[in-house]
Amino acid sequence: MTVDPAVLERHGITPGEYERIVRLMGREPNLTELGMFSVMWSEHCSYKSSRVHLRTLPTEGPRVLQGPGENAGAVDIGDGLAAVFKIESHNHPSFIEPYQGAATGVGGIIRDIFTMGARPIALLDALRFGRLDSRQTRRIVRGVVAGIGGYGNSIGIPTIGGEVMFDDSYAGNPLVNVFCLGIAPRESLVRGRASGVGNPVYYVGAKTGRDGIHGATMASAEFDEKSAEKRPAVQVGDPFMEKLLLEACLEVMATDAVVGVQDMGAAGLTCATSETGSRGGVGVEIDVSLVPQRETAMTPYEIMLSESQERMLLIVKRGREAEVERIFGKWDLHAVEVGQVTGDGLLRVKDRGRVAAEIPNLALTDEAPVYQRPFAPPAGRATLATIPVREMAASPVPAEAFLALLGSPTVASKRWIYRQYDYMVRTNTIVLAGMGAGVVRVKGTSRALAMSVDANGRFCYLDPRAGARLALAESARNVACAGALPIGATNCLNFGNPERPEIMWQFAEAVAGLGEACRALDIPITGGNVSLYNETDGRAVLPTPVIGVVGLIEDASTARGRVFPSEGLEIVLLGENHGELGGSEWLATVHGLLRGVPPALDLAREGALIRLLVDLASRDRIRSAHDCAEGGFAVALAECCFDSGGIGAAVDVPAAAGTAHAAFGVAATLFGESASRAIVSVEPARLAEVLAAAKSVGVPAARIGRTGGAAIRIALAGRTEIDCALAEAEARWGDSLAAGLVGAA
Amino acid sequence: MKARVFVTLKPSVFDPQGHTIAEALHSLGYGSIGEVRQGKYFELELDVASPAEAESLATEVASRVLANPVIESFRIELAAAAGGAS
Amino acid sequence: MTFAVVVFPGSNCDHDAEYAIRHAMGHDARFVWHKETSLGDVDVVVLPGGFSHGDYLRTGAIARFSPIMAAVRAFAERGGPVLGICNGFQILLECGMLPGAMLRNRDVTFHCEMVRLRVERVDTPFTRSATVGQVLRIPIAHGDGNYFAPPETIAELDAASRVVFRYVDAAGEVTEAANPNGSINGIAGITNAARNVVGLMPHPERACQDVVGSADGRVVFESVVASLAERGTVGVGAR
Repeated sequence: MTVDPAVLERHGITPGEYERIVRLMGREPNLTELGMFSVMWSEHCSYKSSRVHLRTLPTEGPRVLQGPGENAGAVDIGDGLAAVFKIESHNHPSFIEPYQGAATGVGGIIRDIFTMGARPIALLDALRFGRLDSRQTRRIVRGVVAGIGGYGNSIGIPTIGGEVMFDDSYAGNPLVNVFCLGIAPRESLVRGRASGVGNPVYYVGAKTGRDGIHGATMASAEFDEKSAEKRPAVQVGDPFMEKLLLEACLEVMATDAVVGVQDMGAAGLTCATSETGSRGGVGVEIDVSLVPQRETAMTPYEIMLSESQERMLLIVKRGREAEVERIFGKWDLHAVEVGQVTGDGLLRVKDRGRVAAEIPNLALTDEAPVYQRPFAPPAGRATLATIPVREMAASPVPAEAFLALLGSPTVASKRWIYRQYDYMVRTNTIVLAGMGAGVVRVKGTSRALAMSVDANGRFCYLDPRAGARLALAESARNVACAGALPIGATNCLNFGNPERPEIMWQFAEAVAGLGEACRALDIPITGGNVSLYNETDGRAVLPTPVIGVVGLIEDASTARGRVFPSEGLEIVLLGENHGELGGSEWLATVHGLLRGVPPALDLAREGALIRLLVDLASRDRIRSAHDCAEGGFAVALAECCFDSGGIGAAVDVPAAAGTAHAAFGVAATLFGESASRAIVSVEPARLAEVLAAAKSVGVPAARIGRTGGAAIRIALAGRTEIDCALAEAEARWGDSLAAGLVGAA
Repeated sequence: MKARVFVTLKPSVFDPQGHTIAEALHSLGYGSIGEVRQGKYFELELDVASPAEAESLATEVASRVLANPVIESFRIELAAAAGGAS
Repeated sequence: MTFAVVVFPGSNCDHDAEYAIRHAMGHDARFVWHKETSLGDVDVVVLPGGFSHGDYLRTGAIARFSPIMAAVRAFAERGGPVLGICNGFQILLECGMLPGAMLRNRDVTFHCEMVRLRVERVDTPFTRSATVGQVLRIPIAHGDGNYFAPPETIAELDAASRVVFRYVDAAGEVTEAANPNGSINGIAGITNAARNVVGLMPHPERACQDVVGSADGRVVFESVVASLAERGTVGVGAR
């Protein structure tokens, strides 16, 4: 090989990969071609470490209109409509420049949705940060939240929910995963596919600059002290430009003048051209001198690798150019013909007519290396699986632990965050932010869509397979609590360095667990994202597979929230409490430990609970529903009282069955995080019916108390363990996050 | 020619951003920084023949578009275009 | 009864306004693109919320130069009712159809939340069907809603009873705590001297159906319909 090894290393290409390139090309690549391979074969774009595992996920179902492989997935929601959705990560840029990293992450996922011809109507975000006592973390939190709000609010798409969790492992590697959902007519979904030899290839949107070059390769590498020099690689997002693009593209796609559309995200023009060409089995030829540029003397290398934001590629039907240009012109956008579709399967890049790069499309896409990276469980798992009871200090009494949990940043109210997001724009939001799974109505139909993003890095760290199963189950359960039947899911898999066998093991196990749960609950995966190398100086984040489930509500008026709507309602606990504290928020907050095994999960029982919740909501038999998650039953009950306008609750529950942690007594029952449980409120007249319905499908159910009063009172088999004034609990929960963030710089 | 336009809030107008920045600086330990006012800075490339025309054009643009006279005032500096002394 | 909803590049509450007018209130609504020079035959003009031109220079600063604004101004000068919502209010301020200006919210963060508005005056087309002192639950969603005007302008507004809405607490009182953005005297909405142009920061079009959290915004649209019917001046906006 004649290439300088330093050049290869800078491009993140291994010698083995270089040899593969030479074989596929039949010659050595020039520098521009090498650059194009480096971004397309980066982990972020090629999924080379993850593909063998992702292939095992279930992706089919009667509602699936589009599975993985396109810009987003799509499911049929009736009335001739499709819900188009996906989740994406923008982790590494959000550490380097929190505001713009998060903002451009939002911009990127929104483009993935409207590029399919769908109007985006909702956003969710799943965020992970380090501990709030770090100034750097506070700076990152403020920047990320401001960036998500700044971009989403400006473009006018509501952020209707999400989740946030704080743990030291994310300190140098925050996670910013953004989910977007849009609606499109089922028959006119647009794919990112080039076809029709001779059809013109159009570029529209912002001018291309030198920003973001090698952004894809940055996302495929760890951070170290030199990372500070990478600052210029983060782009500044322009939500106004994207709003114009969104409206203009939807208008163009409503005509039938375009054959294929793809946005330019990671790996920019290289990715958009090679992917549309590959999917269509055709070639694409462009001349970079025709690409609108905002800097002078840009080389073909720079133009092909630039990750300037807010740019789209359109394959237009020959003869319809004037129409397309006119529509973009109305929005003051300059649509430029930069090339055409050819029949030779090559991506040919010219510069003023001279060929600067020529690569078979498939070499950049389908022929990217696929690695079977070795994986092996880390040592010390047996120790990790036990909770060292004898070495632990005495636990605080339940009343104290209760308040500590309510005030812990992961559990506390996120109102400080979501108040910065316009969660009402488009007037579709019927379950408001902070109130449960986000729910939006589908105007023009009687339906609504519920959606939730969930993950538990602690559970996954202790047992990745179990943790991933639990994440899928929790997301599906959240959506069911809103009264929606889960119909599809997307995933964002955030892990450390896959070249380390123990990380690859976490990944493989998590994907296996996710697949098991999806199959058992009949929820297909329609697409997603993988973010690897979330490590700094060799320390990885907790393995964090984020699952986004979408659910369908046939009658929007039956959507349910988490909050008790009135006094005098019966409170029913569905599911069984096994008092499991492994990996729990209680263990982390009160004892600073991450030990034990995650809660057991019986997928058949979870499925029965989900179907029961949907059934009861659809027939208006329950007034509210909320699942038990971080902090267990006690926290879930409190959350049902918060934002209710002063409605407390008094309940009496049995001690957890078969307590796995009898050593912790009452705490196991109150704060254990056993799966497949939900708290519902029921009109007294409906109580018998609800209990009978649960019994008939094998879901354990018990009436445990009543809503009302000014306190949260929890008794265990008759003995009061928590008796806290609602106002005090709500203040603790409501003010914690703001107190941790505001004031201190 | 190049014009630099500095737009600032009028003294009587409360500046929430400037105030927040001052508080942040104080909490970072910069005790000898007093008040902070935040403004905007624009650079305009002007295709005109003389400094007088540049001043006139920049003033018109500043007063009509770049500054809101209810709450902002502005001042202008002229410079030769890139390549000349500033 | 036909409402014009003007659409600027970056408006994002235009569809919400059209939907509220059409579906929730049952009246005709049409979009008018900012480059048009004529409104067409309309009875009411609505400048909707959003981030016209990204809010990049100042909120509403560029939109106010749009070709359509000459027609909006002429419509107002003929006595036609004009409602500016959020960014629409900001545009009316920038072009001088209403006095004052908007600053960044006092706590320098964007606020999306339900607030309470007290109706101060019912002698405008958009509050005619309300009662003085009536409290409405209406959402806000803005980062630059901190209304400012020089003291003499504030005095003028008070003297001529041109403050139409104020932010209030649950007891109906104007307090610092109930003021989400720092506006002088809790001002949420004002009217012009001729009392036909009203601007407000909250979004009544987001409160026209219970399913989205409140239907208190209906009175704003009901009022202008009643007001025009009473005047018998349907069609004032022709040309």
